[in-house]
Amino acid sequence: MIRWLLLLLGGLLLGGVVHLATIMILPRTATQDAYARISPIAPVNTVVALPAPTPDRELMPFMDPAFATAVCRYDIGKSPLKLTVPVSLAYTSISFYTRHDVAYYAINDRAAGRRVVDLDLMTADQHNDMPEEEDVTAADRLIVESPTTSGLIVIRALATEPGLMAMARNTIAAAKCQPSPLPQASR
Amino acid sequence: MRLLFGSLFALVVAALVGLGATYFALARGAAFGALTLGSWTAFPKSGTIDADPYARASLARSGRLPTSLGDGVFFSAKTDDAGRPLDGRCNVLVSGVTPAARFWTLTLYSPEGALIPNSINRYGFTSQEIVRRANGSFEIAVAPRANPGNWLPTGGVDRYMLVLRLYDTAVGVSTRAGREAPMPAIKTKACP
Repeated sequence: MIRWLLLLLGGLLLGGVVHLATIMILPRTATQDAYARISPIAPVNTVVALPAPTPDRELMPFMDPAFATAVCRYDIGKSPLKLTVPVSLAYTSISFYTRHDVAYYAINDRAAGRRVVDLDLMTADQHNDMPEEEDVTAADRLIVESPTTSGLIVIRALATEPGLMAMARNTIAAAKCQPSPLPQASR
Repeated sequence: MRLLFGSLFALVVAALVGLGATYFALARGAAFGALTLGSWTAFPKSGTIDADPYARASLARSGRLPTSLGDGVFFSAKTDDAGRPLDGRCNVLVSGVTPAARFWTLTLYSPEGALIPNSINRYGFTSQEIVRRANGSFEIAVAPRANPGNWLPTGGVDRYMLVLRLYDTAVGVSTRAGREAPMPAIKTKACP
């Protein structure tokens, strides 16, 4: 009797380990996560408008139908990325996600405080490799460090009423993301 | 032989307990740091780099992108204030005010996160669209049939959920009491 109880206890403890391990591994093995859903329609380092969600068809669950959405699936393994987003009338936000859909940074039009949001996305190593003087001359340059070399940038513009959706779509259609090689340290 | 059966038993228990706990945790969308205000719940930390493993796992499984905390906060409600599940055949009244935010949107989804078809193609309201009372508060009728004022159609489905997203808001990880973040009340008025 005692023997079976001990085995049961051991099984329960091992079960806890299995539970934690599966929770930790799941994001790396998920085949239907947001990144995987977006990948087929979004070429690397290009801004692509996402179709508006409808009851029959939506790319991801829980998309906000009041927003026009575009994504840039980035890969900054070779060189940093330059992102340019014109700001719409109501509210524009730019959110950055890692390869495993963790949001690590977001900025909105008001925080950027400009008509066009201009920023550079790079890895921590690429940031360290930047020449010092470059950092100083570009004091107003917005630099975002990505924890992973690939991920998603999601650009969203609010249409405060359905009639303004076309305008919101046009605004984010002008957004650009393209690789921009680092300036050389020795000039 | 007894040793073999014993260890087999322990391993089966481990697999059942471990996988079962994972399944239930993901089915419920569990994560740490829930912020509950009335019938509304948000997980502000899920929209940051500090998201816990449970939040990451349920996001990966659902296939959605979390609302980044620098963008806004995602509140969802599956029941009314009395704890009754939201039913698309009933008349439900969402009324009151929202916490300070530059914009907000209220959207109706199926429990899986899909939009629900309806005759007027309205899936939600933005803060700019709704008709308000003189004191700034609002009333939104969530009902299967047309209502005067702000009507959000349910399409007559069994179960639905309401999502209130606050954009550019101070509500976040440090928000505690309902006083600093007044959320709209949800009341079921009439059921057939």
